[in-house]
Amino acid sequence: MSPATSPFPWITTLTALPLAGALLSLALGRNKAMARWTALAFSLLSLALTLILWHNFNSAADGFQFQEIHTWIPSLNVDYRVGIDGLGLLMLLLTAVVVPISIFASWHIEQKVGLYFSLVLSLQACLVGTFTALNFFHWFIFWELGLIPAFFLVKLWGGPGSAKAAMQFLVYTMVGSVAMLLSFLAIFLSTGTFDLTELATMAQNGTLMPAVVTRLNWHLLTPDHVAMIIFCGALLGFAVKVPLFPFHTWLPSTYSEAPSGVTILLTGAMSKMGLYGFLRILLPIFSAEMRSALTLLLWLAVATIVLSAYTAMAQKDLKRIFAYSSINHLGYCLLAIFAVVRFTGGDPLLTSQKFAALDGAFLQMFNHGLTAATLFWFVAMLERRSGGLRGLNDFGGIRKAVPVFTGLMGITLFSSLGLPGLNGFVGEFLIFKGVFPLTMWAASLSIIGLLITALFILSILQRVFSGPLNERWAHLPDLTLGERLALLPTIGLMFVLGLYPQLILGVVNHTAIQMALHLRTF
Amino acid sequence: MNWIVQNLWLIPALPLLASGIIALTPRKGRARGAALAIGSMGISFLLSVWAFAHVLALRSSGELTTQVFNFHWFQFGNEWLSLGWVLNPLTAVMLVMVTFVGLLIFIFSVGYMAHDENFTRFFCFLALFAGGMLGVVISNSLLLLFMSWEIVGLTSYLLISFWYHKPSAAAAGKKAFITTRIGDLPFFLGMVWLYSQTGTLLFYNNGAGCLEPTAITHMLSQATPLGVCAATAIALLIFCGAVGKSGQVPLHVWLPDAMEGPTPVSALIHAATMVAAGVFLVARVYPLMSAQHSINGMLTTSAALQVVTWVGAITAFFAATIAVAQWDIKRILAYSTVSQLGYMMMGLGVGGVAVGIFHLITHAFFKSLLFLGAGSVIHGCSDEQDIRRMGGLAKYMPVTFAAYAVGMLALCGFPLFSGFWSKDEILHAASTWNVSHVPYFLGAAGALLTAFYMSRQVIYVFFGTLRLAPAAPQDTHGASHAPAQADAHHHGSGAPHESPAVMTVPLVLLSIFAGLLGFAGTAAWPWFQSFLENAPLKLDFGAFTHGGILPVMLTSSVIVLFGLGLGWWFYGRRPIEGAEAPDNLGRLAPAAFNFLGHAAFVDALYGATFIRFNTLLSKISDWFDRWIWNGAVKTVTQTVFGFAHLDNFIDTHVVNSGFDEGCEGLSSGGRLLALLQAGRIQGYLKIIAGALVVFTVLLLWKASI
Repeated sequence: MSPATSPFPWITTLTALPLAGALLSLALGRNKAMARWTALAFSLLSLALTLILWHNFNSAADGFQFQEIHTWIPSLNVDYRVGIDGLGLLMLLLTAVVVPISIFASWHIEQKVGLYFSLVLSLQACLVGTFTALNFFHWFIFWELGLIPAFFLVKLWGGPGSAKAAMQFLVYTMVGSVAMLLSFLAIFLSTGTFDLTELATMAQNGTLMPAVVTRLNWHLLTPDHVAMIIFCGALLGFAVKVPLFPFHTWLPSTYSEAPSGVTILLTGAMSKMGLYGFLRILLPIFSAEMRSALTLLLWLAVATIVLSAYTAMAQKDLKRIFAYSSINHLGYCLLAIFAVVRFTGGDPLLTSQKFAALDGAFLQMFNHGLTAATLFWFVAMLERRSGGLRGLNDFGGIRKAVPVFTGLMGITLFSSLGLPGLNGFVGEFLIFKGVFPLTMWAASLSIIGLLITALFILSILQRVFSGPLNERWAHLPDLTLGERLALLPTIGLMFVLGLYPQLILGVVNHTAIQMALHLRTF
Repeated sequence: MNWIVQNLWLIPALPLLASGIIALTPRKGRARGAALAIGSMGISFLLSVWAFAHVLALRSSGELTTQVFNFHWFQFGNEWLSLGWVLNPLTAVMLVMVTFVGLLIFIFSVGYMAHDENFTRFFCFLALFAGGMLGVVISNSLLLLFMSWEIVGLTSYLLISFWYHKPSAAAAGKKAFITTRIGDLPFFLGMVWLYSQTGTLLFYNNGAGCLEPTAITHMLSQATPLGVCAATAIALLIFCGAVGKSGQVPLHVWLPDAMEGPTPVSALIHAATMVAAGVFLVARVYPLMSAQHSINGMLTTSAALQVVTWVGAITAFFAATIAVAQWDIKRILAYSTVSQLGYMMMGLGVGGVAVGIFHLITHAFFKSLLFLGAGSVIHGCSDEQDIRRMGGLAKYMPVTFAAYAVGMLALCGFPLFSGFWSKDEILHAASTWNVSHVPYFLGAAGALLTAFYMSRQVIYVFFGTLRLAPAAPQDTHGASHAPAQADAHHHGSGAPHESPAVMTVPLVLLSIFAGLLGFAGTAAWPWFQSFLENAPLKLDFGAFTHGGILPVMLTSSVIVLFGLGLGWWFYGRRPIEGAEAPDNLGRLAPAAFNFLGHAAFVDALYGATFIRFNTLLSKISDWFDRWIWNGAVKTVTQTVFGFAHLDNFIDTHVVNSGFDEGCEGLSSGGRLLALLQAGRIQGYLKIIAGALVVFTVLLLWKASI
């Protein structure tokens, strides 16, 4: 392995930039406006930097680009190694898009403004770190450090139940992380490396698990069982984060108690950390184990999709509805990720289905991040106008009072529903196109999720926006010019990606091919 | 390649573009909105005529009449997903029909919606609809067709709930979207299955398309776990989409409720075009629908087409019975539409593409005529929709009456009117069907009922004496339509009045077509059929006597006359006594009439079963979430806290002091420090710090061994 390294430390710069912004907005915290504008400026700077990377990325090249490798802890054989492929780049772009949305949605936060925005930017730094690290050691550090700002953001600026929700969020994800950590310690002790690429190669050769079994030397268990235990530990960490049913219950309370600006970060970007982990770590390293547990995993993915849609239907709080809807949407990605593990060998037809499924999952990750973030943004704007109310039955007929708000939120809702022409559709189409031939029953059952999603989304339109105007909201102010301008690029992106998905697929497709080919000879 | 083939996309793109511009137009830009929509539709109509002429020219020069233009959309793996459009006789006929009927209805809407405050928005949605519908028509890819299909579904939703402040309209829109989506999901599965079977979703692609012989043969050879071959399974899944969109039993329940939308919407979307998209879909994928192994060289009907026929025949009859017992002028027409769509499906099943599509085209004209006529009536009667409160309108609205009468006779299949020729072909094909004769009898019975309920409606509305309530009717449209009512009262003081020319001229134009269009496809000169099927054409009056055509024609003429007479016998002999008088048929069989009046209680049945089950499921999953899965989380949390306290007891000193030092460094501003002292944050953060410390210590310790 002799990867070309980047002459300029682009990625380290991209990681450090939000941190610098965090420090600056903390220092300027006394002046609220300054802190806000500083945060916004730095988030836009990150976006610009990410777009430069996007522009210079070679979408036809194998392996990782913009790599930086530095020896870090020689005694542990740990290098600081970062780099991106198509997937990493896509996640960087998503982060860079979601953070400004979050800042816009948090514009009217009045308490401890400097601290708030510095935590937001620190979280961004951790996200960038997670999406670029190629060594488990510092990948895990970023992964865990990200929890700290998220925890405080939920706890200090959240609703009345935020302390409990934040605690649940923290503990639950910590338990997952600890389990994952133990698995990777076992692997490290057996192989002496944390490098993700090396581990993937060993797993592919079939040398990884035997080494672990030998090293652990648990006489009472068969090698298969040992491998499964190690896999389950790693799985738990990601399953909680995404989340995979039934490890999801921290999510609705956290999303609904967190201030909407933070929910945007959690659903738009942080939930992708889990999926990214599935794709970057579990899929290359634990494919064989995933395959032995495949039936169960597929059932869990189907349960994630269908049950969370049904649960969303029963909710009365807009944020809880969108929280469950998020689980549902990410469930499609999980379905695709599990389905591609099925079947080994070089059947070109099946391999081409795997390309479709992975491409679809990538698209869906980005699109869900964009759409869900925008939906929570609308909730934030609605809450600000209604004095904190956001129940399904608190409004009624407000389309008459706020036509522009209704129109734009309607577009976003239909994007979430997967309407063709908007961004949500192509990802879902590709996922089903790929998954159906790989596992017919799981795809057929999952389709129920699409129906129930339509049901609860139309219920929102019906109860909040239609019907006779609730007199209480007769003078609800419509979107301001500033809000319209800020929304414009986001809504525009939904149309662009719906009509021209090649914009993203052109960049990630090669990565999908590589991943699928890696699985082929597993 | 010809210019029009290459640029066929302009036909849907122009209305789409217009819709986009209107969306950005402020509410007061009424004239601009209407002008953009009508202008774009007019240009699309001209382009459609051009396309039609091109197909005619190809035909007369003996060239291939199916021309496609395909292009890459996006890449996944090593392949490109292609979309495209196709110009063939089916496309050409549909294009001209949709743009022409659409154009007339757009113009009519200018009058009908004149007083609505959301006039501009209305034209935005109409134009969007036109774009979607034309997209469905030209697609050469099942995916592009599906995408346009969904756009059309969206606009149907938006327009049904256009008067969104009415809870019934909002509910009807949602019901329409959800019910059609129930059909769309199997369609979606069928599409991805088709894709995985044939590796393409293009219909025609120089032999490599999914409707071309190679692909069909391949699908016929693939067995499925369900016992049928892949071709049949996929065809049936796709047909589910058509059932939803075209309001076939059992998914017909949304279409009558869709009448909550403004009447031009009912005419355009829920009568002439969108609801016929299901029929069009079956016609478009006909090679797939009709694919089957030939058994011992015998030609039989494929399993998929048998299903299509049965569903169509049952719908045709069932909906006609319900229409008999309705009171709302638009609901009668809605059930009639469901019934006629059933005929079209049946026609496709028993007779082929030309038979079904011919009825689709004639129906589009006479049914949009009837709906616009009903709109004119409603407009003239200050938004009254109950036929019991009308009566004698022939006197007040002569143009509307004349046009309506033409539409009614065409719908009934009165000899020589357009519906006569097209329905007759279906019945003739059904009478010679090699599987069963039951569809023929269902169709004939439906024809009788059609004549009956239409004569009932026309007698109630146009004959006898006026029964319109003198007081202003209840405000059914709510605030935004109030100006329209005020205006109606202003110039009519409650008395019905004829509609303005902007509304009557489209009626007259449509009635000309509704009357005469049938002559394009008679047995003696089957131009339409030969055009669609690319068969030679010759004038032969002797054809009536071949193959049992004449007996079927005579039978159905007798049936129609009998139905009309029956209607007169029940309702026309004596004038209707008053708005409160019970129905004469209802007096005869109250229980049955009540049963049909409630649409056979299908809605109630679904409400008690599927909807209740669905709600229950959502409650159960919510309950599980709150108590079972969340209970598990709480247990985990408690356990972890137990460990945390234990850990605290052991090494409070180490971790705490280390953490405090770190914090002091961080909180130079003093804010964070104050924060930390205020809460129990140290305790929480300790867990994270603890994990990292454990991690590092373990690593260093292991490394040093």
